[in-house]
Amino acid sequence: MGTIALKNVQKRFGDVEVIPGVDLAINNGEFVVFVGPSGCGKSTLLRLIAGLEDTSGGEIVIDGIDVANVPPARRGLSMVFQSYALYPHMSVRNNIAFGLKMAGQPKEMIDQKVTKAAATLNLTDYLDRKPRALSGGQRQRVAIGRAIVREPKAFLFDEPLSNLDAALRVQMRLEIMQLHSSLGSTMIYVTHDQVEAMTMADRIVVLNKGRIEQVGTPLELYNRPDSLFVAGFIGSPRMNLLQGEPAQALGAQIVGIRPEHLTLSTSGGQWPGTILIAEHLGSDTYLHIDGDGLGRITARAPGEFPHGAGGKVWMTPDMNRVHRFDSQGKAMRA
Amino acid sequence: MARKQPMQRRVITTAAAWIVGLAIFFPILWTVITSFKTELEAFSTPPKFLFFDWTLENYAIVDERSDYFRFAMNSVILSVGSTIIALLFAIPAAWAMAFAPGKRTKDLLLWMLSTKMMPPVGALIPIYLIFRDADLLDSRAGLVAVLFLLNLPIVVWMLYTYFKEIPGEILEAARMDGATLWKELVFVLAPMAVPGIASTILLNVILAWNEAFWTLNLTTSDAAPLTVFIASYSSPEGLFWAKLSAASTMAIAPILILGWFAQRQLVRGLTFGAVK
Repeated sequence: MGTIALKNVQKRFGDVEVIPGVDLAINNGEFVVFVGPSGCGKSTLLRLIAGLEDTSGGEIVIDGIDVANVPPARRGLSMVFQSYALYPHMSVRNNIAFGLKMAGQPKEMIDQKVTKAAATLNLTDYLDRKPRALSGGQRQRVAIGRAIVREPKAFLFDEPLSNLDAALRVQMRLEIMQLHSSLGSTMIYVTHDQVEAMTMADRIVVLNKGRIEQVGTPLELYNRPDSLFVAGFIGSPRMNLLQGEPAQALGAQIVGIRPEHLTLSTSGGQWPGTILIAEHLGSDTYLHIDGDGLGRITARAPGEFPHGAGGKVWMTPDMNRVHRFDSQGKAMRA
Repeated sequence: MARKQPMQRRVITTAAAWIVGLAIFFPILWTVITSFKTELEAFSTPPKFLFFDWTLENYAIVDERSDYFRFAMNSVILSVGSTIIALLFAIPAAWAMAFAPGKRTKDLLLWMLSTKMMPPVGALIPIYLIFRDADLLDSRAGLVAVLFLLNLPIVVWMLYTYFKEIPGEILEAARMDGATLWKELVFVLAPMAVPGIASTILLNVILAWNEAFWTLNLTTSDAAPLTVFIASYSSPEGLFWAKLSAASTMAIAPILILGWFAQRQLVRGLTFGAVK
């Protein structure tokens, strides 16, 4: 089992309130991603759950027991760090086995578990190497192996892929997702990369200034953002946010329309504009357009879109997918 | 031409480094050479560099006149003893300051270092009086305590800089893995800090070995280390350069040999943190 409940969890560093009070319930086996800009408190929240930071108030309940005052090792959680945090003086085998040794498990059982974890993670050939002789991806696998063998109630990942190059990041992302489906364990994953959040999560928790902005499945957040913050954060490229006339026409302070929900035409449409830059990705073309009286707008066009910088285009929003926000930045829904 | 410039510069810097190195080493070399001269030749003008009658008589006389090994043993006890005690205090202190720093940690470190800025003579009289009243004059225990306190700030500073280089996440990983504070220190921190701890030990043994001010002022015979042994040859009987040189050579030989074998460790230790 691995249910985790946060009840009014607070954290202050001196006079600075980092997390004013967070409530969250995570189900057993769920893959939850904490996402937000740097400094939003997502890593701090993870470290509070891990027990590496003391809470300033509130309860952290794991499987029905409040562990807010329990040391990290006895919370039954494993953590994978951004810097891998491998023990540099130990072989891969000993790195993976360290937690089991600390728990005083018998040697045969340790060997058995290490061998199994190494096989799962394709590390069998590297067991006698030191971490410095491994590539970034292999190091991250060792860190994951170290987490797996302890058979934790839940895994905590603190931006585990941000030190890897783009190609490896995609591969490791898939491996972590496979691991989640094969182990079925609860996983909490911290990232600032909204693509990771969208692709991996069962549920995403969007954090801003230590507060939860919105919790939901990736598509819920994409389709029904509760606030301007979530609207701007989820989705790539970012949602276009327009003020003034187009917003007033819909009775809102600000309206948002995603680049993929604009239909482009070279002959006519609702909003005229001039192409500033065209980014050709092959499958798609992203156009950065200077909309007449609207400011800068990003639009997605097909890969073979024939017009480049300086071209005149008209954009027509899909009115069913326009998001309306009030002056407080809250979503207005009919 | 473009490639010649760095080559020229390299030759110049190498030559400059050798000149500076030799200038620093020259007094030691001269002491060693003088120790093999007769008293007469030691005084001669112009001084003789290599072409004189090499003799071991000074060593024989020094060995006969004073008990070298008693002084040497005191030096070993004082330097090693004070270093070990300093480590016992400094490792936990440096650990705390590196991995659990408080608001005033930086100030505390600076304050500790500032104690080294006071001229030692400023503290001589109170310490002398305390030693006299506590019956610690000319005792090894007393001197070990003084040398320990004297070098503690440097030991803490050195260890602190080494520990700072160790990523805190590794210790946190150990904590997540169930290591107690003690096991974290023994199985994770210490093995990673071994080079740093080793060079700290070396440097402090050398500092304590060479410490002359307190050893000369607080000892007479029983606890006297090699610094006192050297000083005893600049005696009221007049200056005996050759014998003084022989005594000095004997006094610095052990630490020079230790330093030679450990020079890699020492250089790494002293530049650690400066270059990544």
